[in-house]
Amino acid sequence: MQLLQSVLTRLFTTLITLIGVAVIVFFVIRVVPGTPIAMMLPPGATEDDVARLTALYGLDKSIPQQFLIWLSGTLHGDFGTSITTRQPVLALVLSRLPATLELSIMALVIATAIGGFMALTGTRLRGTKTEAAIDISNGMALSVPDFLWGLILILGFGVLIPIFHISGRISPSLDLPFTSNFYLFESVLRLRFDLWADIVAHMFMPALALAIPLAAIIGQLLKQSLKETMHLDYVTLARTKGYGENHVILHEALPNAILPTLTLVGVQFTFLIGGTVIIERLFSYEGLGNMAIDAVINRDLPLIQGIVILFAVIFTAVNLLVDLCYAALNPRLRHA
Amino acid sequence: MSYLTIRNLSANLKGRPDRILRNVSLQVAAGEVRGLVGESGAGKSMIGKAILGTLPLSIEITGGEIILDGTDLLKLPPAQRRTRIGQFCALIPQDPLTALNPSRRIGPQITNRLVDILRWTRADAEKRARELLAEVHIPDPERVMRSYPHELSGGMRQRILIASAFAAEPKLIVADEPTTALDVTVQKQILKLIAEMQARHGTALLFVTHDLGVVSKVCQSLSVLYGGLVLEDSRMTDFFHAPKHPYSRALLAATPKYTDPDGSLTPVPDAVVAATRAEVEAADRSAHV
Repeated sequence: MQLLQSVLTRLFTTLITLIGVAVIVFFVIRVVPGTPIAMMLPPGATEDDVARLTALYGLDKSIPQQFLIWLSGTLHGDFGTSITTRQPVLALVLSRLPATLELSIMALVIATAIGGFMALTGTRLRGTKTEAAIDISNGMALSVPDFLWGLILILGFGVLIPIFHISGRISPSLDLPFTSNFYLFESVLRLRFDLWADIVAHMFMPALALAIPLAAIIGQLLKQSLKETMHLDYVTLARTKGYGENHVILHEALPNAILPTLTLVGVQFTFLIGGTVIIERLFSYEGLGNMAIDAVINRDLPLIQGIVILFAVIFTAVNLLVDLCYAALNPRLRHA
Repeated sequence: MSYLTIRNLSANLKGRPDRILRNVSLQVAAGEVRGLVGESGAGKSMIGKAILGTLPLSIEITGGEIILDGTDLLKLPPAQRRTRIGQFCALIPQDPLTALNPSRRIGPQITNRLVDILRWTRADAEKRARELLAEVHIPDPERVMRSYPHELSGGMRQRILIASAFAAEPKLIVADEPTTALDVTVQKQILKLIAEMQARHGTALLFVTHDLGVVSKVCQSLSVLYGGLVLEDSRMTDFFHAPKHPYSRALLAATPKYTDPDGSLTPVPDAVVAATRAEVEAADRSAHV
């Protein structure tokens, strides 16, 4: 009952957040110089041509007027029409969303696996040279941003040892039987592991580039909180019962040490989704981020708004999910 | 025949000359309750930790033997040593608020040793846990076993930890200041409970404490520690009538008396502390020769 109430409260605050985001984005992109009309017309177009097109897209009206028109459309599920492609924004954005979701989730899985492994190994071998090596590599992974990792990976595993694809989402020569845009997911459902392998070979490097800094953060924080937990009395008590180091780390310390890490992963995951904008560009991966850059270059105002709103929805959804996980894992919150 | 024999046990801060334990020897007979007293830093808890194999990584044992039922624990490979300790020893920890895992229910925290280490069936282990909880006077054991630690009071939790310590019918229990973290009113009950359980199960008990009042109530013999050195090893009655060591005498005089609530507190005299410290240093010198 209380859970339902807190979820409803969160949904309400989310709605307010989204309206705030919408207002800010709408006005900011209209204040910055440059119009979509200038981008669309060939050189030598007359003043009349400009005026005609401006009126066609409703850009001759005042900004508050434009906002009201856009808002009322949005509330009815109509996010407007993309100026550059002349397609409905909602359909465009939703067609690209699966690609970005698959990439982000794959990055999250990789980051959790690497980070978790580092933290557990570092805790198991605390005080040894291995732990020091893990600390140093964590520091290095953290101090290099994701797009640089992208370039390094392209150079390493795309050029020098070409085992992964460096651009696109899937090889263009393949016949696609897919009915949705969740290629990775659907390839598994259809048991087409040949396609699955090709998709993974495309996704792996961008996902890894996004994952490396997050893996370092997870590794560092989880190791720190594991080390603190290992000194607590209930861990000592478990040792006296005859349990070995591995059991003590995994069963006694980890369930408690993971809580602070979980909160951080939620926050960092939203940064990771932000990171897809540049990484998708770098790997020519056809997701939302890549579309966002094109939209900004072409001043495709409705499309920019649609993408930003969608990102905001994802961010709040992720944070809600993290809070729910936290409550599920922490018995002290379940009844409180 | 003593169940636990510690012979010449020495421990150091790893890689440094700081000595934590200096040739400690003591014995606990089967079913005996031995007190281990000393001020903070005397090394009394370290002896308990050395027996149970939970010394911090920064401390290493540099010599001696810990013989449990005829086997020197220090000569066993780590895994065997752990299982042996899990089977025959148990710990009653100091702080009941931190000694239970906050993310697990009480039931599994009592039964896990029986199921995982001693290979009982889950049903047997749960039946045993219910019996034990009733034995430590916990009403409604079923409900408590399904509870999380944060739903229970400190006194309840200490009762649970005592029950859990007796679960596998250990031969030796180390009680590490088991009443220090509790309210005075609860302290007495818990002390009575430990004595009651010990008598019923006939378990040898090593009672680590800084409180001579507590020792006088439950112990049959005691060892007095200072600076990691055993100063005195006496029967309880002998100790209270005629303590052998000057430091013990001063310690006894410093214990506040319930019969004289207005009496001022007597510290251990500086001269006694200085003499005892000199004795510890002398022991070090003779060890080096």
